[in-house]
Amino acid sequence: MSLPVPPLLTYTVRRVVQAIPIIILIMVGSFLLIKLAPGDTVDALVGDMGGADPAFVARLRAEYGLDESVMVQLWRYMLKLAQFDFGWSYVYEQPVITVLMSRLGNTMLLMVSSLMVAFTFGVTLGAIAAKRAYSWTDNMISTLGLVFYAMPSFFLSLLLILIFSVKLGWLPVGGIRTIGAFKTGWADVADVARHLVMPTAALSLIYLAFYMRLMRTSVLEVMDLDFVRTARAKGAGGARLMFHHVMRNALLPVVTLLGLQFSTVLGGSVIIETIFSLPGIGQLAYTSVVKRDLNTLMGIIAISSIIVVIVNVVTDLVYAWLDPRIELK
Amino acid sequence: MTIPDTSVASDSLPDINLMPARSLVLWRRFRRNRAALLGLVLFVIVVLMAALADVVTPGDPLRNAGPPLTAPLVLAANPLGTDQLGRDIMAGIFHGARISLIIGVVATLISIAIGVVIGAVAGYFGGKVDGALMRVTEAFQTIPSFVLLLTLVAIFGSSIQNIVIAIGIVSWTAPARMVRAEFMSLRKREFVDAARNLGVSDVAIIFREILPNALPPVIVFASVVMATSILMESALAFLGLGDPNYASWGNMIGQGRSVLRTAWFCSVIPGVAILLTVLSFSLMGEGLNDALNPRQKK
Amino acid sequence: MTGDRKTILDIRGLEIVLPSGADRPRALWDFNLTVGEGEIVCLVGESGSGKSLAANAVMRLLPEPHVRVSQGTIGLDGQDLLSLSETEMRAIRGNRMAMIFQEPMTALNPQKTVGWQIDEVLKLHTKLSKAERKARALEILGDVHIPDPASTYNAYPHQISGGQRQRVMIAMALVLKPQLIIADEPTTALDVTTQKQILKLIKDLQQAHGTGILFITHDFGVVAEIADRIAVLRLGELVEQGPAKQILLNPQHPYTRKLIAAVPALTPPPEKPMSNEPVVLEAKDLRKTFAARGGFLSGKRKPVMAVKDLSFQLRRGETLGVVGESGSGKTTVSRIVTRLLESDSGEVRVDGRDLLSASRAELRGLRKDIQMVFQDPMASLNPRRRVVELIAQGPIVQGVAKDIAHARARELLSLVELPPMAAERYPHEFSGGQRQRIGIARALAMEPRVIVADEPVSALDVSVQAQVLKLLADLRDRLHLSLLFVTHDLRVAAQLCDKVIVMSKGEIVEAGPTARVFANPEHPYTRSLLDSIPGRDWEPPVRSVA
Repeated sequence: MSLPVPPLLTYTVRRVVQAIPIIILIMVGSFLLIKLAPGDTVDALVGDMGGADPAFVARLRAEYGLDESVMVQLWRYMLKLAQFDFGWSYVYEQPVITVLMSRLGNTMLLMVSSLMVAFTFGVTLGAIAAKRAYSWTDNMISTLGLVFYAMPSFFLSLLLILIFSVKLGWLPVGGIRTIGAFKTGWADVADVARHLVMPTAALSLIYLAFYMRLMRTSVLEVMDLDFVRTARAKGAGGARLMFHHVMRNALLPVVTLLGLQFSTVLGGSVIIETIFSLPGIGQLAYTSVVKRDLNTLMGIIAISSIIVVIVNVVTDLVYAWLDPRIELK
Repeated sequence: MTIPDTSVASDSLPDINLMPARSLVLWRRFRRNRAALLGLVLFVIVVLMAALADVVTPGDPLRNAGPPLTAPLVLAANPLGTDQLGRDIMAGIFHGARISLIIGVVATLISIAIGVVIGAVAGYFGGKVDGALMRVTEAFQTIPSFVLLLTLVAIFGSSIQNIVIAIGIVSWTAPARMVRAEFMSLRKREFVDAARNLGVSDVAIIFREILPNALPPVIVFASVVMATSILMESALAFLGLGDPNYASWGNMIGQGRSVLRTAWFCSVIPGVAILLTVLSFSLMGEGLNDALNPRQKK
Repeated sequence: MTGDRKTILDIRGLEIVLPSGADRPRALWDFNLTVGEGEIVCLVGESGSGKSLAANAVMRLLPEPHVRVSQGTIGLDGQDLLSLSETEMRAIRGNRMAMIFQEPMTALNPQKTVGWQIDEVLKLHTKLSKAERKARALEILGDVHIPDPASTYNAYPHQISGGQRQRVMIAMALVLKPQLIIADEPTTALDVTTQKQILKLIKDLQQAHGTGILFITHDFGVVAEIADRIAVLRLGELVEQGPAKQILLNPQHPYTRKLIAAVPALTPPPEKPMSNEPVVLEAKDLRKTFAARGGFLSGKRKPVMAVKDLSFQLRRGETLGVVGESGSGKTTVSRIVTRLLESDSGEVRVDGRDLLSASRAELRGLRKDIQMVFQDPMASLNPRRRVVELIAQGPIVQGVAKDIAHARARELLSLVELPPMAAERYPHEFSGGQRQRIGIARALAMEPRVIVADEPVSALDVSVQAQVLKLLADLRDRLHLSLLFVTHDLRVAAQLCDKVIVMSKGEIVEAGPTARVFANPEHPYTRSLLDSIPGRDWEPPVRSVA
């Protein structure tokens, strides 16, 4: 290469380019999968209208291109997809992309807050547990972790609602904003934050437990490594040893897991958003399945795959930043 | 510091009678772990509940069995109370244990089987085979598994068989990656070279030389898959997308949601049942892991 | 204690207890040792002797509370270390005493630059300003002969070579001019030529600063190079200590005598007359390039030539040594001739039949004639198979009936001097030396013409090493085997090999009868290798009968 391109940029571009075949694979796969479904959009439409005469149905099919072979339909679909055209949602009477975009923000908000909570608390508690391994504190933290891990998120959501909304009345039962309040500025931010407390807690707890347990194991492993002994032989100890030598190295597997698990976290939003009536992608997925809005469902698969790919690239970059042995080439 | 090697001193061998079998050693280590034992006890209770469901609570668990919304410990016929349709909660818990266990075990077997085959082939052969299989794995891992699960159930219907298969299909990627990693590290070990040097075929090396060594962590991981399978089924049922013909804990919680304000027990009792079942798998998995890798623990 | 030297380290009556379940209750007992100012004391022992624990006890870095000091005192320049608090100990570590470890690869923090890690020592123990600290770090990097201190300062450990990493470790240990340095096998992981340089560096710097050094090692060659005084440790018991000359030339305790006798002699067997035995293994123009992985949009790296146009012949009953340092390609050769690795071009003929162009089916039959003994006695045996299955596996694959193969496997156990009851055991129940015997039996079960041994004794203690080498030599003579013996250890090569080829960067730099190559090396690289053999000028007074 003759042009001096920063390695970070080439690396990012390369990772994004590598992800394209995976996205294509997913879209082809899910398109074919949905073609296996009994009944298509027209059937659903007609069913919704309470029946129609066969000629009209045939005309509709031709209009939607559903009379073509599957391969032709696939080709057309992929072409449209390349222009971010996900088709029309007959349930919302809008282009799918419009429906998706109007809800993307809420889901991202929930993702970011949940992951931040899970990561921060998970890593901190895990490190504390490892530092005091096999002590009373460690047993407490580890037991709590196991319980969190075994707690179904929907059950936890109900418990939170029962306690904080029904009994104590501190937090709103659902939604993203107080309906009809029309707050602005910081008042609006505070309102949204209040609405996000329970969903965030319910979604993050299981991952918090994951990161905590992994961090604990990882810290214990790193503490046994040679270079930690070197640091101690130099006279380093206490917080210095923990932060500079142990924690940073111990974070590596946690970052890997964060990337690998992100899609699961996104999947978990289906339940949480449905319970807390948060108008996000997850809730949309649930209603699309119930109402058989397959175009929207395909759009959700596409957009969530793209988000997962982006998050994975970001975690790879964080990993490379943490570990200088990884060379961004 | 490693454990001292006594190769200089002892050219004699320890007495064979003093060397207990592998499984016995494992059991002894497992037994010493109180949390793991608790997990085992919980697991046995769930298994007993599933086995004795027709004896303790005979008949259809979905039928009307008493006055609606009876609180627990009020009626002898409905010791755990009834829901809004008068269905006996205890019957639901016992019969629901069956569904949870069946789903957990079968879905885990499916996902581990797919994962082992794909992971083993990718990890052993490497190169292009690995590249292609890992693309597929990544694709599966990129779609949020619960969204894929919903899609599969939406398309193929929510009979219990379909749910089990769908859960298996969405959870094989983690075991596959794990088996692949194990294979990649084991195939570099010299005993694999030794087997090749003796003329052992690839298939025999994969299944008879490497796989037995790669399995222990996979078995431990199976407890995690089992736990998440149960959670996924109950989440589906909670959303009302489960098989309506069977009593399921998730479904009970979902139905109880509408009477949460007045009859909290309708959702809390099955919720605790899921919690304890999943906890039992985690505790046993943890105990098994410690027993297999005693060096991590004191 | 010799003369008027000031005592820096004074260990008295030290006892270290091990957790229950260890092979013995105490790692070390009744241990007395002193190190004087400017003195190098070598603590010698095989694995399991407790020598590393002794070193860690001085630094107070034992994995407490499982392993702890139960008795005794450790004095550093008159101060009792065992009575200090952890905070007081931290002020001493790295400042008044420092430690150098075995593995330069893992002993440095991979996430921090070399400069940062040296700077940390200064930051912890001095009040120097940032600029002063950097100047001092650069100065000490120069002192340990790092070629380009300024760029090494900013490099991460993985970016510099193993030898340089060990120099950095030494710089880190020396930067505050401690009174005592504890060096725990500091050259074991290094190539001989690097080892020689590092030993010289340690000695020079120690003389310049008057530092006392407690040098832990298992290698009597290294001891002969560097020690002022020697203490010999055997399974926790100090069996002998005294001035270096006395121990090296006139050892008293039987264990010391046994250890010294096990050091392979540097005198190769006399040159045999030209053999007219048939050639059983012939390699012609072998070539192997490891392509760097690259692909679409990824960075391209230069391919590495591991083996370049390599040819040799091995006759029946002969032993050919392949010697070289790490990265010389010697292991690649052993894997190509057994076709565990596909070569790019060339021929390998076993009894005239080409192994490299054989089809899969033909290969299975050919493999019978060329068998391998591996380096790592733990990793080369499948932990889930019983010994009898391990040994009989080859013949069974070749079509021998199971009961015949098993019976033959049991016979082979006595041939490699293992008790018959070993057959039903699993590999983890055996010691390293015993496992290597199982590996040899497995190779012999195929009744091969050629055995390729890839560093078969490098993972073993010297005394066990001597036994295994003797066994190999006996079997070779009794069964008329040919041996291709890959090793980094020139002493081992001298003892066993009729001929050697010396490899460097994938090429043969010199080949010939061992006696001639060792007596009159022609190539400068061979000469530097031979010069680097530790303890080369020391003539051990006792000899094993190998």
